[in-house]
Amino acid sequence: MAIFPSTVNRASFSWRARQFVQRLKHGDEVAHLITLLAAASIIVVTVMLVYQLYVNSALPRQKFGFGFFTGRTWDPVSGDFGALPFIYGTLVSSALALLLAVPLGVGAAIFLSELAPLRISNYLTFIIELLAAVPSVIYGVLGIFVLVPVLRKFVMPFLKHTLGFLPLFKGPIYGVSMLAGGVVLAIMIVPFIISVSREVLMAVPVEQREAALGLGATKWESTWQVVVPFARVGIMASIFLALARALGETMAVTMVIGNDPRINASLFAPGYSIAAVIANEFTEATGDLHLQGLIELGLVLFLLTILINGLARVVIILTTQKGAAQG
Amino acid sequence: MKLKTSMTNFAVGLAAVVLGFGLTVEAPSAAPAPSPLLLNATGATFPNPIYSKWFAEYNRAHPDIQVNYNSLGSGAGIRQLQAGTVDFGASDAPMTDQQLHDTKVPVLHFPTVLGAVVPTYNIQGVNQELNFTGEVLADIFLGKITKWNDPALTSLNKGVSLPDTDIVVIHRSDGSGTSYVWTDYLSKISPEWSSRVGRNASVNWPVGMGGKGSEGLTGLVKQQPGALGYVELTYAIQNKLPYGRVKNSAGVFQKADLPAVTAAAASEAKGIPADFRVSITDAPGKGAYPICTFTYLLIPSKIDDAAKKDAIKGFLHWMLTDGQNDVEALDYAKLPKELVARELKAIAQIN
Repeated sequence: MAIFPSTVNRASFSWRARQFVQRLKHGDEVAHLITLLAAASIIVVTVMLVYQLYVNSALPRQKFGFGFFTGRTWDPVSGDFGALPFIYGTLVSSALALLLAVPLGVGAAIFLSELAPLRISNYLTFIIELLAAVPSVIYGVLGIFVLVPVLRKFVMPFLKHTLGFLPLFKGPIYGVSMLAGGVVLAIMIVPFIISVSREVLMAVPVEQREAALGLGATKWESTWQVVVPFARVGIMASIFLALARALGETMAVTMVIGNDPRINASLFAPGYSIAAVIANEFTEATGDLHLQGLIELGLVLFLLTILINGLARVVIILTTQKGAAQG
Repeated sequence: MKLKTSMTNFAVGLAAVVLGFGLTVEAPSAAPAPSPLLLNATGATFPNPIYSKWFAEYNRAHPDIQVNYNSLGSGAGIRQLQAGTVDFGASDAPMTDQQLHDTKVPVLHFPTVLGAVVPTYNIQGVNQELNFTGEVLADIFLGKITKWNDPALTSLNKGVSLPDTDIVVIHRSDGSGTSYVWTDYLSKISPEWSSRVGRNASVNWPVGMGGKGSEGLTGLVKQQPGALGYVELTYAIQNKLPYGRVKNSAGVFQKADLPAVTAAAASEAKGIPADFRVSITDAPGKGAYPICTFTYLLIPSKIDDAAKKDAIKGFLHWMLTDGQNDVEALDYAKLPKELVARELKAIAQIN
């Protein structure tokens, strides 16, 4: 189209190349490129993951369709697969874990950031972060040998005695149960909530506290009515980080939850979670439908996580007021 | 921004797991090892201790041959053999006709050792060895017998005062050859079990709860008063678990020990088909323990690489002769002699 396309192009190309080299010398372009690649790799991995899960679960999707989500039977012999008991178990155990871990975690974080002397706070935080690095199979073993007996001998009889009129606390007491799964998960995720929430709380500007105190607030009023609301979005983020960990946790859960794919209102009854059944049955799944059913469960877990994180974002947007820190 | 971190953390974690699976499935078999010759195999976990010992010992005698055995489970062994990503596989249960049909190269089964599965229990105040029959075990696992002092149990165990407590059924939650043998036995004994549940490495258990792995199951049984579960004989012996006798088809309440397991295979020996694919649960013979199984090496009948072919044939020969002497030290039962003779002949089918 142009009269001298080649010369024009060559000129602009060499000019651009020189520009590029120039910018490379400053390092900005390099940093930009590297960080862009890092970010893109995450997206590539996620897309590949979903693609693989989708492609490798074609058989059960064709056979069961949406019935996969509502089916209550998981029978590898007859080839009948439904995910509902596993979805139920995953959601209930994770919800239970949050119910126990959030008050504990946020309470501890408030103490560590606001009330404890800095030295003690630093020591304790170090210990808490050590807890976060303990492999989950260790939690599982401790769960079987320490937590489950304590639950069976003391906690569950007590709950049955006092709150036994609720369907949640009815039925025979085995120890291994949905309750045990939830408690182990709670213990595992508390360190995440504490350590992230503490950082967020400590990042609240001193002026906020000083202003509250200056207006005559007590130390606790300043903490509870000013500092915590200011850090609320960050605290919620810590909770959702913990939730994601709870949803995907495998080893510790499978060792104490009882691994029984039945939906039962009682927390004393055994249950099963998605991550646990995948880990349990994947190695010996010889039938194609069985194997692909397990892969579709992986896809379901992925969708569940997306859904819950999406809801979490909505909650944050809806409840964020002016003046609250933007996590 | 924190929220995003949580999502991506999770995604990366999941991805790592999936990529991990992908790698194990697609790992190339021919590792670039000029010397020694490296053979890759994947398969069952139950025989892993004896296989590790065999491969190590064989490597000591033949430093030019090294076997890399990955005990990922029978299912993985069969799948990787079908995909041609390993030189040979291993499985507790023989491959089904359908699986053989789906495999390009015909596969030969070589029984290597014998294992047995025993009922283990925890009943307060009962230290005696209990007697079981297949029917009673099936009814307990179907949820039809729920108390330890059920007449069906007390009549088998005269002189033992069984308490009025619930039987808590504990099964394996992970897919396992142990579960396959157990459900295979119950299927043979109980028509109702066969039609309602069936035989597989993982099944839809009518009652009870699952423990992960032998150690998980044992942990639950030890802690739960009234528990009844099942474990491999080797595991029960090594961990000194109490386990019961089971009535065999000759009417004898047989305690599982290594001779009784070999006897089960010997009593079935004549009926074992040419391809060795057979279930030996509920074997005839007075001294036979009824819940026994072979575990197999799965060898392609056609191996193009001449060096590998010779190495595998050499190993099989050694395993069936000298190798059998190592078996009992690790609490596995030896193959009966007549079967060894047949297998040695079958090695010639590899070409």
